[in-house]
Amino acid sequence: MGTQRIKILIVAVILVALALIVPKSGSFVVLLATRAMAFAIVAMSLDILLGFTGLASLGQAAYFGVGAYLCAVLATKFHFGLGWDFWIVVVLGILIGMALAAIFGLFAIRASGVYFLMITLALGQCVWGLAYRWNSLTGGDNGINMSGRPNFGLDLSNEVTFFYLVLAFFTVSLLLLYLLVRSPFGKSLAGIRERELRMQILGYNTWLHKYIAFIIAGGFGGLAGVLWAQTNGHVSPETVVLTTSVDALLMVVLGGAGTLVGGAIGAAIVFGLREYLSTLVPWWQYVLGGVYVLTILYLPTGLMGIPERIRQARARSKKEPSQSGDAKKLASVPS
Amino acid sequence: MKSKLLRKLGPLLLGAAFAAELSLPSNVRAEELRIGFVAPTTGIFAQVGKDMVDGFQLYLDEHGNKLGGADVKFIVEDEQGKPDTAVTKAKKLVLQDKVHMFIGGLLASSGYAMAPVSSAEKTLYIASVPAADDLTQRQLDKYPYFIRTSWSSSQPHHPLGQWACDQGYKKIVSIAADYAFGYEVAGGFQKAFEDCGGKIVQKIWPPLGTKDFGPYIPTIKQDADAIFSLMVGPMSLQFPKQLRGAGYKKPILGGGTSYDEFALPFMGDEVVGDVSSLHYSAAIQTPKNEAFVKAYRAKYGKVPSYYSENNYTTAQWIDEAMTKAGGKWPGPEQFIKIMQGLKIDAVRGPVSMDDMRNPIENIYIKKVEKKEMFGYDKPELWNTVIKTYPDVSQFWTYGKEKFLAQPVYSRDFPPCKFCE
Repeated sequence: MGTQRIKILIVAVILVALALIVPKSGSFVVLLATRAMAFAIVAMSLDILLGFTGLASLGQAAYFGVGAYLCAVLATKFHFGLGWDFWIVVVLGILIGMALAAIFGLFAIRASGVYFLMITLALGQCVWGLAYRWNSLTGGDNGINMSGRPNFGLDLSNEVTFFYLVLAFFTVSLLLLYLLVRSPFGKSLAGIRERELRMQILGYNTWLHKYIAFIIAGGFGGLAGVLWAQTNGHVSPETVVLTTSVDALLMVVLGGAGTLVGGAIGAAIVFGLREYLSTLVPWWQYVLGGVYVLTILYLPTGLMGIPERIRQARARSKKEPSQSGDAKKLASVPS
Repeated sequence: MKSKLLRKLGPLLLGAAFAAELSLPSNVRAEELRIGFVAPTTGIFAQVGKDMVDGFQLYLDEHGNKLGGADVKFIVEDEQGKPDTAVTKAKKLVLQDKVHMFIGGLLASSGYAMAPVSSAEKTLYIASVPAADDLTQRQLDKYPYFIRTSWSSSQPHHPLGQWACDQGYKKIVSIAADYAFGYEVAGGFQKAFEDCGGKIVQKIWPPLGTKDFGPYIPTIKQDADAIFSLMVGPMSLQFPKQLRGAGYKKPILGGGTSYDEFALPFMGDEVVGDVSSLHYSAAIQTPKNEAFVKAYRAKYGKVPSYYSENNYTTAQWIDEAMTKAGGKWPGPEQFIKIMQGLKIDAVRGPVSMDDMRNPIENIYIKKVEKKEMFGYDKPELWNTVIKTYPDVSQFWTYGKEKFLAQPVYSRDFPPCKFCE
């Protein structure tokens, strides 16, 4: 329990540091941090599926996309969501993400492993196809331009104000997801990940558990989509395209699946390399590729696995001279 | 305990220091003209992006890195072919590099995505490639800091429709990539062709990126006099090859990108005789173009495409506007006014700007021929100009008001009246 408190403390300190440092570090850094945090919400929602339930989904961009398109269509076609009603759009974005996940889940949850991956991929591509072809609603490949950010006393067109809003959403999402995975429901998801058959024998309706997890992940995807649309002021099929889903998956794997913050760290690294490093050097792609390869080779548990590895290495070197028995060895194994 | 805390906070402090360092304002000098250039330099469009950058860079190199007397700081940013990234990079250029203007974007979607950045940041955006019609038509009033130095999608294809009609073609089948650019190109062609008395008897929309036209070719109506095609990228290479391979003997007309200099070197002899239209051809017989082609080819090892020429001419336009402004940056509104007042003697021919900030320029009807040009010793495919329509505006002969009263060209507009 003690280490858990320290972890929470570290995350809290980092969030406070972000809130204090980023606004002072140039508008472009603010913009990048905003983008990374909005996308980190998708990555974390995917982690619920990948890291905690053991379902590798390649369709998370679909919920992200419908959230973004909902926000853009309401703003441009109905002038809705430009004032305080932005909060209604946020709720609608979450609901539409959940609703879509509820439909897709019926098809996808029955499968697992590679089959689940392929079904979510196909469903995600359906949404992309709609975004691309439904010209009257989505503007086709030109996408939708939004004319500005909402203003409800708080003027979100100010990048710093908007950064704080996204930071707040990010923090709340992280907190809610953390509570979710610590709850009995979250524990049963982990049980399904480890051994679904055993959970079934114990009397759990594992299908329903996975279905609910899928819907929750969809809801957070929709929320991230709304924020993403407001961040860029522009939504196009590129938002829903397969590579967006793959990006989210890579971020989770890079940061460490099953850790929640791993997705956020992955998002920060990918956005940092792809959008900051690319302004400095032309060979940024090699760095990004190198990071991926090295992570897969040496850190299969992602960057969040580093402290655990260090602890294990220390425990091993301690154990050899002292011979303190099995109790200590057990304590050093991740629970 | 204290040392433990320090150890924990150490990396954070480092991070803070790093972030603070990032925020240092960049060195700003008065006589410097900072130009941001957004192009895809990685990803599937990287080669097109290279042509764009090379075109602009060639002009800078030829003029000692000065435009209108001001030293140019030329900053290239990679948009990766994604509109999202284009927006981020445009904002980076404005916010961090404090550029006077940003140029570029490749796809129409990037153009649409970056135009609002220019409005929000009150910074000049010059679209040197994105061709989406509405940027300088029905949506122009949203973007007061936007100007285009290239073309609008339908602009070269109205004349081609007229030309096709003048050749005596009565019925034509249109086959075009299924996205906004395809709609605007095919729409422009259809409008002019039908207004002159021709009939589009069939419209086929293969998805963007189609490589196998097998399902489409057999459905083409055999009683048509010719085919109009609009292909982009790899589609351009595959379509004529497969169509001729299937034994089709009638003439093929093409939209600009079906036969531009980007695709031509990779094409076979089957395209000889095909006709297309654009505001530039590398085979224009003027001393100015010959010098440009030779300089470009000597430096970069390939024939310039319209992407290269458009950006070369953009640099020239900025150069002449800066000269007129006395070498000092006059602010975006004033700069646009100066640009609109200029008549440029460009590589592609005389160019000026209409009141909707889109160029008025020559449109060339071009026929693919295999021949030796400009003293190169190997026979190659060239887009020989067979007819020039001088001073074509984006509204063709319709007049601005009448043209803008109709909706933007789409899948369903103009309607296919003669399709069965």
